[in-house]
Amino acid sequence: MAKRIEVSGLNVYYGDFKAVEDVSMTVEPRSVTAFIGPSGCGKSTFLRTLNRMHEVIPGARVEGKVMLDQQDLYGAGIDPVAVRRVVGMVFQRPNPFPTMSIFDNVASGLKLNGVKDRKKLTEVVESSLKGANLWNEVKDRLDKPGAGLSGGQQQRLCIARAIAVEPEVILMDEPCSALDPISTLAIEDLIEKLKDRFTVVIVTHNMQQAARVSDQTAFFNLAATGKPGRLIEMAPTKQIFSNPAEKATEDYITGRFG
Amino acid sequence: MTAVAENKPAYDGKVLDLTGKSGARAFKNTLATVLIVLAFAVAMIPLLWILFTVVSKGYHLLLSADWWSQSQRGITVRRAGGGAYHAIMGTLIMALITAVIAVPIAILGAIYLVEYGKGTRAAKVVSFMIDILTGVPSIVAALFVYAVWITVFGFNRVGFAVSLSLVLLMLPVVLRSTEEMLKLVPDELREASYALGVPKWKTILKVVVPTAFGGIITGVMLGLARVMGETAPLLILVGYSKNINLNPFNGFMGALPTMINQDRTELALPNAADRVWAAALTLILLVLALNLLARLIARFSAIKSK
Amino acid sequence: MSSPDGTAPPDRPDGTAAEEPRIEDLVHEDAGPTPRFGGLASEHAEHEAAAADAEVMTESGVEDAGTTTAPVTPTETGGKLELGPVGHLGDRLFGGLARGSGGLVVLIVAFVGIFLLALAIPALIDDKSNFLFSRIWEPGGDQPRFGIAALFYTTVISSIIAMLIAVPIAIGVALFVTYYAPKRLAAPVAHAVDLLAAVPSIIYGLWGILFFAPILRPVINGLSTALGWIPLFEKPPGDNVGVVFTASVVLAIMILPVVTAISREIFAQTPIAHREGALALGATRWEMIRLSVLPYGRSGVVSASMLGLGRALGETVAVLIILSVPNGNDPWNSSIFAGGETFASKIANNAAEFDSPEKTGAYIAAGLVLFVVTFLVNSAARIIVDRSAPGTKRPRRNRRAGAATEGASA
Repeated sequence: MAKRIEVSGLNVYYGDFKAVEDVSMTVEPRSVTAFIGPSGCGKSTFLRTLNRMHEVIPGARVEGKVMLDQQDLYGAGIDPVAVRRVVGMVFQRPNPFPTMSIFDNVASGLKLNGVKDRKKLTEVVESSLKGANLWNEVKDRLDKPGAGLSGGQQQRLCIARAIAVEPEVILMDEPCSALDPISTLAIEDLIEKLKDRFTVVIVTHNMQQAARVSDQTAFFNLAATGKPGRLIEMAPTKQIFSNPAEKATEDYITGRFG
Repeated sequence: MTAVAENKPAYDGKVLDLTGKSGARAFKNTLATVLIVLAFAVAMIPLLWILFTVVSKGYHLLLSADWWSQSQRGITVRRAGGGAYHAIMGTLIMALITAVIAVPIAILGAIYLVEYGKGTRAAKVVSFMIDILTGVPSIVAALFVYAVWITVFGFNRVGFAVSLSLVLLMLPVVLRSTEEMLKLVPDELREASYALGVPKWKTILKVVVPTAFGGIITGVMLGLARVMGETAPLLILVGYSKNINLNPFNGFMGALPTMINQDRTELALPNAADRVWAAALTLILLVLALNLLARLIARFSAIKSK
Repeated sequence: MSSPDGTAPPDRPDGTAAEEPRIEDLVHEDAGPTPRFGGLASEHAEHEAAAADAEVMTESGVEDAGTTTAPVTPTETGGKLELGPVGHLGDRLFGGLARGSGGLVVLIVAFVGIFLLALAIPALIDDKSNFLFSRIWEPGGDQPRFGIAALFYTTVISSIIAMLIAVPIAIGVALFVTYYAPKRLAAPVAHAVDLLAAVPSIIYGLWGILFFAPILRPVINGLSTALGWIPLFEKPPGDNVGVVFTASVVLAIMILPVVTAISREIFAQTPIAHREGALALGATRWEMIRLSVLPYGRSGVVSASMLGLGRALGETVAVLIILSVPNGNDPWNSSIFAGGETFASKIANNAAEFDSPEKTGAYIAAGLVLFVVTFLVNSAARIIVDRSAPGTKRPRRNRRAGAATEGASA
């Protein structure tokens, strides 16, 4: 598993408003890529276009190409539902299904897509929870509601839910912004582990976090309010944080603006 | 009240009253408090009075097993005896048929408004029509069914016709409450499901509806409670029968409201009066039980919005 | 789905909001996975027939026959992913069912209107007197003569009086629940008021005429002695308590829970900043309410009153039981201390008379007028809320409050 994502010339619109302009980048498989940038620069919007989640907003549309290895996610005959089965997503706030137990939450992706084999489900739930570093904490209460866990545990539960369907890519939209520092560390450890198996893309407002967990970093910015967001610079994380090519990047990471 | 004029309240910015409330302001405040508490008391009096009247006059017949197991067959207005089984069954059967027809349409209609049609012109039309339906008086609903069922098709007055008219009354209640509940389901849950590659219809059926389930059931209960107490459609669309008739498609049928209506002009006769109040108590118990159950379900299954 | 709808969401004119699309603020038209199928009711009917075997196909992910795109064949060696359509028959069926139900609601309302009109019009054509302005009601026979003036008058006057009585009390109760009652008491009190809506209307009628009307007698006598020189308050001879005034008071009790529930909800929504603003200026509790709560809730209370009025207009059985029907030979009396008949009670009283289409048509015509009046009142209520609601999402919530407390009333 894990695939390369190649984006070329991508524009994102909300109705007539252009939110993101002309983004091209390559996301390497089995690595962590971080998107950083000031609020409103379009990084979350862009992230959502990688599994077509932006389509839940009426009027949102894209121009350009997103290639997952050889396949264009926006090509003819491509179904967004199928895309999301291979490009999973973890959201800003943990959102376990409130009506389901811990077990059912993790199994939900498979169950809702028609897998009924109990033995297989049990295996997948265990391996996913282990993969999300949550197994030891919940193995005795798999039938309890997922909403009863702490925020950090809930977020790891959501990660377990995402990896249970064995996606190629996992997108994370500020996965730690609603969590305390300890839970954040737990998630960061987990991200480190996930990149052995998946392509991970993470949006974060926390530059230390980007520096800690990512291999590549992409800096997004916008020229002015009302203007579309653009990709300013993308490079290995070390380079971005030590020797950025662009002035704007340097200003941002040194805290001079944004 | 002249004091008010001189001592303009502080919010006008003209006088800074730092010493406390003036006598007139304190008096007004107290007066308002008294009036408001009084309004509450006035509102409670009828409720307690009605409940007291019905319970004290009706309870003793409810204590006998006959009340729950026998009909009024062969019992004339002066005689005691018999029960309300025929009427209870009639009320339940008609309400059940109503629910079977109305609830699926209502829930699917709400799903249309919230999940499929949101923001479209068609949804606005549907929503407007539901507003109209909400305001239809029960007597008009009954007249409509009369016009279709009896005048146009020439069928007889039967229990099923009553159910049809009750559908018109129950549909908007259940639909609106379901719509509210579906709207309360956070979009994050829908997104979480979509992000797992789950199609929309399964997301709705397996994630959205279960999350809103308690609220939906509450709406159904309140809708049922409403239609069970309706009398007007019964008067127009089915005759009252003292005998047990469980067939909604044939013959007259007893129902609790019409059982009350049957003897209400004979309240001078003690046996008839007993029956009327006992039937009223039975009806209130049914409706109150549904209401309380609905509220309990609502309390224990409220959607937690963080 | 990726076509623009032409309008940018209103909160997005500057770039700042664009980054994290706040889904909950945006209209959620179509969740994307489904291409927008026609979804017409007619279409869904034909799919329904194929439902049984189609379901199997969907589950196994087989290409759905309706989609025109070429199937993407999965390769075993892992190069290419299966990203083709995953079988949206379920979506189409379910979406079609949902849309069909929406359409059904529209059809039902249209049918109600059409059928009532179709049956009323022939009777109206035969009517030998003025339908709108005549007070005579003699449908049927060779020379049917019927008009709704008297019914209209009694219906409207009884409902307006009911509203005048109920609204101040409802405002008081709503304020009590929201700002006066101790926190622990507020919820039970609110539920107790809601229970008033759960009492079936036939019981209101019985209780009203047997127990409540006698205690109104001194009120009726007092009012008619003091104000009897006004025709509206002139008491006809006799000791009848089954009069319009009694019906109005009972109607007031019946609409109290509806008006209270909506007012309560709006008062509770008064922004805390307004309230604290007033309190911080040294206002007493009453001044705080007068300054912040009442202005904020005014339009809501008006619309709640209108909804209550609508309910009172259509009430049938309680009025039927309470109001004494005037003797046909007596002259018509406009006093609220006389008996009378409303639209609803007239129709219900004469259900046995529906033996010929002409007679039935007359009653249906009366029912239509009631329908139109109720509809106008309810629409007015909604327009007021929609126009002047301080909160954005308010109208919907109000409606629910109305629906939720709609216990049993007939």
